[in-house]
Amino acid sequence: MTLTTAPNLAQPDDFYQSLIDAHAGLDDGQSTLLNARLVLLLSNHIGDLAVLREALAIARAGVDDRSEGGLDP
Amino acid sequence: MATTYRAPSFDYVRPPELDGGARGSPHPVIIVGAGPVGLACAIDLTLQGVDVLVLDDNNTVSTGSRAICYAKRTLEILDRLGCGDPVVDRGIGWRIGKVFHRDRLAYQFDLLPESGHRRPAFVNLQQYHLEEAMLERLLELGRAEVRWRNRVCGISQDADGVTVRVATADGEYDLRAAYVIACDGARSAVRDFLGLEWKGQVFRDRFLIADVHMQGDFPTERWFWFDPPFHRNQSVLLHRQADDVWRIDFQLGWDADPEEEKKPENVIPRIRAMLGDDRPFELQWVSVYTFQCRRLDRFLHGRVIFAGDAAHQVSPFGARGANSGIQDADNLCWKLARVLGGKSPPSLLESYDRERVEAADENILNSTRATDFITPKSAMSRVFRDAVLDLARDHPFARRLVNSGRLSLPTSHRDSALSTPDSATFAGTMVPGAPSADAPVRYGGRPRWWLDLIGGRCELVLFAHDSAQTTVAEVREMSRQHAETARIWVVARTEADADSLGAVANAVVDADGILAQRFDAKPGTLYLLRPDQHVAARWRAWKPAAVEGALRRVYGIEDDTHDGTQSRAA
Repeated sequence: MTLTTAPNLAQPDDFYQSLIDAHAGLDDGQSTLLNARLVLLLSNHIGDLAVLREALAIARAGVDDRSEGGLDP
Repeated sequence: MATTYRAPSFDYVRPPELDGGARGSPHPVIIVGAGPVGLACAIDLTLQGVDVLVLDDNNTVSTGSRAICYAKRTLEILDRLGCGDPVVDRGIGWRIGKVFHRDRLAYQFDLLPESGHRRPAFVNLQQYHLEEAMLERLLELGRAEVRWRNRVCGISQDADGVTVRVATADGEYDLRAAYVIACDGARSAVRDFLGLEWKGQVFRDRFLIADVHMQGDFPTERWFWFDPPFHRNQSVLLHRQADDVWRIDFQLGWDADPEEEKKPENVIPRIRAMLGDDRPFELQWVSVYTFQCRRLDRFLHGRVIFAGDAAHQVSPFGARGANSGIQDADNLCWKLARVLGGKSPPSLLESYDRERVEAADENILNSTRATDFITPKSAMSRVFRDAVLDLARDHPFARRLVNSGRLSLPTSHRDSALSTPDSATFAGTMVPGAPSADAPVRYGGRPRWWLDLIGGRCELVLFAHDSAQTTVAEVREMSRQHAETARIWVVARTEADADSLGAVANAVVDADGILAQRFDAKPGTLYLLRPDQHVAARWRAWKPAAVEGALRRVYGIEDDTHDGTQSRAA
C-alpha cells in the first residue's frame, strides 16, 4: 500500500472546519498537544509503517523546502 | 552509610614473576577484570578445559549499586556455568512491570506469561552478590588463578601473542598470553592502551541512584513513574533487591548539581515524599549518574578481545548492560576454546565480533529509544511523549508506545555465518541464530529442564519418528556419522519409548509435547544446537551431508570439497 495523496475526503470543507473548530479557544501549547494526540490516533488507525514513513517524508520535505526558500526569497 | 553487606577482602599475593619465577609457556588466556563478565569468561573457559589467569586491580567485589536485573537468558547461562542456583535463590524473581503516569497506571507488561520455564523473566540481585556466587564457582572448579591488586598498565601484541604489563604494590612485571579478554568495564584501560575509539553519545540528563534498606510493601514488580506527584516533571524507577534493599532511580535533569544532590539531606526528603509515610529507612548507597550509549567499532583486535562494558555501554533502562556482557562471554568462550585447541581456525572468532556487535547495536538501539522517551531531546518530542502518556490512560494502542525501557532479551543472530538457512518452513520465533527454548522434560527417569541438559558442545536433537524401529535405525546411523562432533539426543513422547531408545542415544521424554511445540517439531525433525545453546540448523528429515555441512559452518571450518551450497543441496 502507498500513501493516498489523491482527493479522498468526501466532504473536504466539513473536514477542514472540524479541524479548525477542534482548536477553538486553545492556546498554542494546548493546540500543539491536540495535534500530537491527533497524529498518534491517526497513525495507529493507518498502522502501515511504510505508509506512515511516506507521509512523514512528504511532510518533512515541504518544511525543508520552505526554510530553504526563506533564505533566498 | 549503613549497610547490610560486608564485602569480602581477597589477599594480594606477590607474583612469582617479580622474583624471577615465571611460567615457561605463555598463558592460553589472560582475563582483565574480575567483574561478572570476566568471571563468566573464566568459569566458561575453565569448564572447557582452558587454563585462565584473571587480573583485577582491586581486592574485592563490586561496591555500590550497579547491575541489578538478570534476565532469563542470563540465568540460563549462569545455570550452564554452574552458578544459577545461588543467584536465583538469593535474588528476587519478577516478571510484571507497571508504568504510572502522574497518579495513575498507564501501562502494564508481563515478561513471561507462559509456564514451563525453569527460570523467571528476571531476578534482581545486587552485583556484589552475583560476583560472590560466580567467584565461589570459579574457585570450586579449582583450576583458574585470580590475582588481586594486579593492575594492567600496558599491553602490546605481535603475531604470536600478547604481552601484558602488570603493576603491583611490589613493582611491575610482564606476562605473555595467547589471547587477552578485556572485561575491564566502561572505563577500560586496555581500550585506552590500544588507543581505540569509543564512539557514541552521552545523554544530557542526570539520575540519582539510591539503595535504600527498608521494609517496603511494594509488590515484587518493576515500577516506573512518569511525572509522579512526589517527583514532579521527572521520572522515578523502583526495583526490589535482596536483603530488603530497594533501588530507586530519580531523574534530576541536566542542570542538577551532582554534589548537592548526593547529600543525604537532599536525598532523604525525595525518598520520604515517595514513601508518603514516616517508616524508617537507611541509605546504603547514593550516586549521581549520566547515561551513555557507546561501543567499539570492533570487539576483536588481533589477540585482544573485548567483552561487556569494555566493548559496549548502554543506559540502564532495559537492563541490557550486565546481561549483554554475560551473553558476550557465552558467545565467545566455546569459540576461543576451540581455536586454542586447534579444532577451529582463528577466523571462528570473527563470528564473535559480528554476532556480539549485532547484539550491542540492538541493545544500544533499544536503550537509546527508551532514554529518548524518558528524557525527550526537544520540546516537540516532549509533547509527543506526554501525548502518548495521556492517551495511554484510555486507549490501549498508546500503551504499546510507552517506553520506560524494553527489557533485555537475547539477540537472535538471524544472519549469522554459523547458521544454516532453513530449507523447510518452521513456525515461531526460534529461528536459526536464536537461543534454544527451555521446557520441562524427563531424563534418566527424573524431571529435568531441557536447558540444564545441553550446552558446552554441539547437540543434535532428533524428535522421534512414530515408529521406534525407524528412530533406532536412524540414530544408530547418525551416531556412526556425527558422534565425534556432536552429542546426539532423541526426544521421545513416552517413558517406554525413551527406555527403548536409551541404549542408542541420550533420550529425553517430552510427555506434554512442550519441547516439540516450542521447536515446532514433527516426527523426524532434527535440530543442531551450538555449544552456547543457540540454534544452528534444523531440518524436517535427516540428511547426513546437510548435517556435516552445518557442523562445519558452526565450527568455522572451510572445506573446499563441501561448500555450503553443495551441502544444502545434498
